[in-house]
Amino acid sequence: MVAIAIESLHISLGKQAVLRGIDAHLEGGMLIGIIGPNGAGKSTLARAILGLQKATKGRVTVDEADVAALPRAQIARLISYLPQGQTLHWPLVVERLVALGRIPHLAPFSQISDADRIAIDRAMGLADVSALRDRTATELSGGERARVLLARALAVEAPVLIADEPLASLDPGHQLEVMDLLKDQAAGGVTVIAVLHDLTLAARFCDRLILLDKGQVAADGDAAKVLNAENLARVYGIRAWLGAVEGSPAVVPLFRNV
Amino acid sequence: MNRTVLITLLGFCCLAAALLSITFGTAPLSLQRIFEALIGSDDPVARIILFDLRMPRALLGLSVGAMLGLAGAALQGYLRNPLAEPSVVGVSNSAALGAVIALYFGLAELHAAVLPAMAIIGAIFALMMLFALAGKSESPLTLILAGIAISTLAGAGISLTLNLSPNPFAAMEIATWLLGSLEDRSFNHVLIALPCIAVGLALLLWNGRALDALTLGEDGAKALGIDLGLMRIRLMLGVAIGVGGAVAVSGSVGFVGLIVPHIIRPLTDRSPSAILLPSALGGAILLTLADILVRVIPTSNELKLGVVTAFLGVPVFLVHLMRERRIW
Repeated sequence: MVAIAIESLHISLGKQAVLRGIDAHLEGGMLIGIIGPNGAGKSTLARAILGLQKATKGRVTVDEADVAALPRAQIARLISYLPQGQTLHWPLVVERLVALGRIPHLAPFSQISDADRIAIDRAMGLADVSALRDRTATELSGGERARVLLARALAVEAPVLIADEPLASLDPGHQLEVMDLLKDQAAGGVTVIAVLHDLTLAARFCDRLILLDKGQVAADGDAAKVLNAENLARVYGIRAWLGAVEGSPAVVPLFRNV
Repeated sequence: MNRTVLITLLGFCCLAAALLSITFGTAPLSLQRIFEALIGSDDPVARIILFDLRMPRALLGLSVGAMLGLAGAALQGYLRNPLAEPSVVGVSNSAALGAVIALYFGLAELHAAVLPAMAIIGAIFALMMLFALAGKSESPLTLILAGIAISTLAGAGISLTLNLSPNPFAAMEIATWLLGSLEDRSFNHVLIALPCIAVGLALLLWNGRALDALTLGEDGAKALGIDLGLMRIRLMLGVAIGVGGAVAVSGSVGFVGLIVPHIIRPLTDRSPSAILLPSALGGAILLTLADILVRVIPTSNELKLGVVTAFLGVPVFLVHLMRERRIW
């Protein structure tokens, strides 16, 4: 299992300080939800863990190696990434698109091997897109495309998976399915980091939640600790119904605090 | 279509186009005499026509076409834009301007490498301007506007240079450089173009996997382990050296890199890597056939290559226009 350490991470984009001193140790085998209002720095944190965004101060280490010093090809084998709202630039068929996930494992000028094909089939099965394999990805519905892109990320079979808003444009059934899938991945030893907006799903499925507010960690821990009335009021500026349905936690936003 | 089948088929078509190319010309030469000269008879006239006139022309048609076709496919993959192409983005005209400056200010007489070197510098200059002007924008409009600006500027530079030079045939020469021609090329021209084109083809074919990864955008490609900086250098040098070397001998032939990937793409899985090699072969076929056509059409002055390719290129733009407006 791979452990990620974020050490007093500061990131500024232009003059804007987006992350202002984040500290966290992310252990393997857990589903970790990153939540927070728009502009809190969730996506920037995800990109920083991948080394796509350079730290202004502080650092991120993956198994004690500084990501800034790791070659891109090595990071690609360690961490797979599902960016937010990914656009597709060419009308590839689904199977070909999912196969892009195998790029980090291919030797220069080699062809896709049988092992790669097995990984591709497995990823398509997990994301429930096997039936779409011959469809053109750009002609799918938003939700279908989101699942195809998730399959692409799963095909990497990396020990860390970072998914930035994997539930966007999914119907409730598929939202639950994707959360189950992420949970299973974590149970299988993968460090899963998911940027989420749905607080109920975050509370139900995540082993740990990190609540970001204006570039800082406002709360960090299990759902009961993070999702309380005080934190919701302070960070989101909302009042919510907090309770449990059939034994699982539920958070229903009710009013905006004026 | 299966990739091996497609490449084999295109390979055969290349061969056929090359054979066709050496059988057409102003001097009548029977197939039998060509064949005998090829296998080494002592027919001096046939040998001179074949080896000094038609072979260089056929070789240049194939290699320049391959380079332009591949450069178009690679640029389209890199810019994620099906309208990118060496002439549309202004690289061809800028390379031609470099060549014209080298030729008409006497620089080309200093050393044989000066002509292609100047064309390559022209091409690099155009690519740097293009990336600076179009930047990170993925909009086709920005790219086309930047391309028009660069292309027009370089075209005006060509006209200015030729008009300034003490040259009674300036108007003819301008047309040749702006529209391209393979008339009266010798083996010297082949020696200039071929090494550059070989380097260019190799550098561009190297990028297949990186271009595939770019289907997922820049972050997506980087997260898949692609070193985009290195790839951009390979791509820029490949296009500049290859297209520079090609344009230095043929002038700026437009649209080959636009038409060919457009035809090839539906025959593949549409991934950027799958169209690279087929586009090189397709470009070779297209330019060789166009070069046969300009010889066959009975005109008082031989037609320029760019005239034929423009007739084929404009419909591709129209198809895109109609798709954009959802007419088709």
